[in-house]
Amino acid sequence: MADQNSKLYQLTLKKASEKLKSGEISSLDLTKAVFERIETVEPKVGAFITLTKELALKQAKESDKRRVAEKTLSEIDGIPIAVKDLFCTKDVRTTAASKILDDFIPTFESTATQKLWDAGAVLIGKTNCDQFAMGSSTETSAYKETKNPWDLKRVPGGSSGGSAAAVSADMCMAALGTDTGGSIRQPASLCSIVGLKPTYGRVSRYGVIAMASSLDCIGPMTKTVEDAAILLNILAGEDESDGTTLPIAVPDYQKSLDGNIKGLKIGIPKEFFGEGMDPEVDKIVREGISKLKNLGANIVEVSLPTVKYALAVYYVIMPAEVASNLARYDGVRYGHSKAKSEKRKAKSLEELYIDSRTEGFGDEAKRRIMLGNYVLSSGYYDAYYKKAQQVRTLVKRDFEEAFRKVDILATPVSPTAAFKFGEKSGSPLEMYLSDIHTVPINPAGVPAISVPAGFTSNNLPVGMQLIAPQMGEEKLLNVANQFEKIAGITNIKPEL
Amino acid sequence: MSKLSKEDVLHIAKLSKLRLSNAEVEKFRGQLSSVLEYVGELSKVDTKGVDATAQVTGLTNIFDDDKISGERTSYEEIKLNAPEFEENAFKVPGVFDNN
Repeated sequence: MADQNSKLYQLTLKKASEKLKSGEISSLDLTKAVFERIETVEPKVGAFITLTKELALKQAKESDKRRVAEKTLSEIDGIPIAVKDLFCTKDVRTTAASKILDDFIPTFESTATQKLWDAGAVLIGKTNCDQFAMGSSTETSAYKETKNPWDLKRVPGGSSGGSAAAVSADMCMAALGTDTGGSIRQPASLCSIVGLKPTYGRVSRYGVIAMASSLDCIGPMTKTVEDAAILLNILAGEDESDGTTLPIAVPDYQKSLDGNIKGLKIGIPKEFFGEGMDPEVDKIVREGISKLKNLGANIVEVSLPTVKYALAVYYVIMPAEVASNLARYDGVRYGHSKAKSEKRKAKSLEELYIDSRTEGFGDEAKRRIMLGNYVLSSGYYDAYYKKAQQVRTLVKRDFEEAFRKVDILATPVSPTAAFKFGEKSGSPLEMYLSDIHTVPINPAGVPAISVPAGFTSNNLPVGMQLIAPQMGEEKLLNVANQFEKIAGITNIKPEL
Repeated sequence: MSKLSKEDVLHIAKLSKLRLSNAEVEKFRGQLSSVLEYVGELSKVDTKGVDATAQVTGLTNIFDDDKISGERTSYEEIKLNAPEFEENAFKVPGVFDNN
């Protein structure tokens, strides 16, 4: 029994759910196995800011009681899930990996996490990420480095690096992440897991600490495409607390997984295979595309000419929204504050704002706030902000145009595999350029997924990105699932 | 346009309610200038007659009835996270310098 338990943590969400249903295991068995795994590997990986073991064991016991009473809530009832520390969780510390929210304990629950608990899920803990989700390596966290489980000298990607590492290292069955310019897909690619960024507005953002509101998306990070579909079923839908959620019925995404992709048109946008691509990554992604061809898909080259400006669009619109969203951290209502400091108390309101923010924000947050205030400031608004919003329209049109010709686009997720700590943190622009293939998706609002595609000669994971038109999640998950099956690497795990 | 001066950096720090050391002014001046230079690429794109996109899925404003819905957060709960809280109000220093 002990031997069997020790492997429970490796289960996919789907398999764990089946074993719970059949009565082979209990949620308490599963949850305990996950925490045993965490005790062994978390000291090496550092995926979590907060672990909620006591709460998890309580939730697991409640789930088991429901099962005995035949009142099981959903397919994920009793399943251990990790949540990026950007989602407000009632009574559980939520930091956004920043010092300014070091002691913040939300008095409310985000809609996405509320839906998980309403479905019976078990909270394992809150995962590390880049501070306020700003970064591509999780290095801007004010708390700790998260290591890539495939090579502990390398970053897990970011900003949802803790969630990706936790799933990859089997410290949870699945995790939640957020994606403003690639923060779900890039770490998923670098850690060999599945990461889905849904259509903008498909999942409620209510209660998730905002970064750039016109771009922020929430999505599942999982061991398989099927698991992503199961979680999207629970997460998706209209929410009266988020006016950008789409008033469109949620289909059963699990039912869309097994469609034949013969004759489906898959577009290869040449702009995503240019300069700066690591040759090994390029090769793995091209091999992946050949595999889709072998399944009967028609491969068509397409062009999205404005996409080369998408990163520039992003680095105007995103900081502008960051500057507005982060104006709320002022040391008055919550978070790090000079109002209560015994040593040197702020003397005026202005000083309270400045002292609290200067001490509370890390460099990356400061950079983006200042950049945002610059592009929004008088005299520069038209040249930067309005111009970027206009080019955003052209980027969006490029995708619409491409999807008139093809069903799905296939591209690399990241130009390189996982990089080493410190390799890019000295140059913000170089770090920003590592998101060049994931960023264009967010201004266009379309859904995209990262699926494990292979490994470099250094045994570093490489993912493939599949992109669908807005609300095209069913087709996206179908192709992703077919690709995952033929790629056949889901069961390859990092050695820890 | 894209090369920031020291005064530019101090001005946007002021707008951002941030205090920078001299070393930080220099560091951010270089870093922000290189990002602005990069985004300056946008000026090459012809956007004559192109509408700006702020909402990408085409949803328009949604209006709610002017009624309180759901549970209200209690003063006790608000107090838990408040740096200084007195008589059901946040306590802050005066708007004007007390010196």
